[in-house]
Amino acid sequence: MQAQEIFDKLKEKFNDDILELKADAPSDPIILINGAELFNIAQFMRDKEELDFDYLVDLISLDLGDNLGAIYIFYSMKHKHRIALKAIVPKDNPILPTLENLWRTADWLEREAWDLMGIKFEGHHNLIRILNPYDWEGHPLRKDYVTPEFYHGMKVPY
Amino acid sequence: MGEKRKIELDYSQLDSERMRLNVGPQHPSTHGVLRLEVELDGEIVTDVIPHVGYLHRCFEKHCEKMEYPMVTPYIDRLDYISSMNNEWPFIMGVEQMMGIKVPEKVEYLRVIVSELNRIANHQIAIATFGLDAGAFTPLLWLFRDREMILAILEKLSGGRLLYNYFRVGGMAADIYPTFKEDVLAAISQVRKTNPEILNLLLLNKIFIDRTASVGILPADVAINYGCTGPMLRGSGVPYDLRRTEPYSIYDRFDFEVQIGKGEVGTVGDCWDRNIVRYREIEQSCNIIEQAINQMPMEGDVKEAFPKKVRPPKGEIYCKAENPKGELGFYIVSDGKNNPERVKCRSTSFVNLSVLPEISKGYMFADLIMILGSIDIVLGEVDR
Repeated sequence: MQAQEIFDKLKEKFNDDILELKADAPSDPIILINGAELFNIAQFMRDKEELDFDYLVDLISLDLGDNLGAIYIFYSMKHKHRIALKAIVPKDNPILPTLENLWRTADWLEREAWDLMGIKFEGHHNLIRILNPYDWEGHPLRKDYVTPEFYHGMKVPY
Repeated sequence: MGEKRKIELDYSQLDSERMRLNVGPQHPSTHGVLRLEVELDGEIVTDVIPHVGYLHRCFEKHCEKMEYPMVTPYIDRLDYISSMNNEWPFIMGVEQMMGIKVPEKVEYLRVIVSELNRIANHQIAIATFGLDAGAFTPLLWLFRDREMILAILEKLSGGRLLYNYFRVGGMAADIYPTFKEDVLAAISQVRKTNPEILNLLLLNKIFIDRTASVGILPADVAINYGCTGPMLRGSGVPYDLRRTEPYSIYDRFDFEVQIGKGEVGTVGDCWDRNIVRYREIEQSCNIIEQAINQMPMEGDVKEAFPKKVRPPKGEIYCKAENPKGELGFYIVSDGKNNPERVKCRSTSFVNLSVLPEISKGYMFADLIMILGSIDIVLGEVDR
């Protein structure tokens, strides 16, 4: 199924929560959505017969200045089509619903996005840091991140 | 010091059946610095919690501070067993953003070095897996063959493991005069040893007893966990990016996507994952043989180099079939010399997340086999 058809299908069902389709080659087509409805949209995409997105390829977190962004790339093993969803959340209250109950991959990918970018995933059963030490402070991939001088008495910058 | 502290235990609160055991981070069977918190009921594994991040160096943050050509050496250090394959998706992504078409010779050279590196990776995977099971000889035999491949890659790029060979628009250096003969000799050596490895290790009764019907990963679980590469194909799903979404010139070659069929046990067990790796070595030999015969020997590999690597504003997700699975780079550019954001979809990271799911209910010794069959590289898990 082409990106435009997928977009139309989602637009038909979710109307105002589907904002726009960005499909300028060579980039993959991205559908901009309302983050609050992410879970319902994702569930529809997974369970609907014609869409059948059974494979969550990746979750990318972005720092967009005042906002944070999350891009989900989906692929369907059966229909062999792919699409990406993009949700934008404000930096002072970055909350998105978790998708770990739909795709188990999301468990670690969301922990990574929380660890490095500080996006909170509501409903995640164990949202703790994964790559950094469990008691690390700050989210390193944010543009305004300042490396702490000491960690447990050890000098950090080398 | 001071008064002796008295510990009072309420034995009714203690669960005397379960034991928590730490495996790693410094242990050979974890294939790097990985810590597994294992909950045991006698010898049966009831829960596994992997703790990763011991090698974390925030590769993605480094990328934002560096110009595009300076990122390539860092990518080598992600999955240091198959560096050539790692570099490809990143370079390909930048080329697609800049609209660069690389010469035919470069495309063929990329296929050949990547497939050579795939063979080397699978040889290590099978060898170290055999080592986990207690088989030492296959390691020595496979390392002997791998040496021939590493010698070729060293002559091409100057490095034995970390190559920094791919460039935006071409390759760092041209082929050397006896390249074709060397590659054909390496392939024929690999083809000669392969059946021996099959008889010595993979069809060995002891090895089959250790691996058949152990760590069974059903196809739907594998897809749901995002497993790719031999992990997914071992479960019987023929998903190979070289075939499903051919990039570069992979549509010109004739090869078969190998899947696990459960020949000695159940589909998706440890043995299936390894037989897939073993058969992919043969398929890679076929691809290399076709590529080296079709490859134009004349031509300049640096012909399409851009004056300055500065992709226009935009973003791209570029993926390639790494020996371990789908490796992807999401590159965001805002028209500067250095990327705005690079996200690495690390294969080993995603594949490792399935470990707790497939190791519950097996013996502790099987957990080591299951971990070995996932074929992780901690440099890529932790980034």
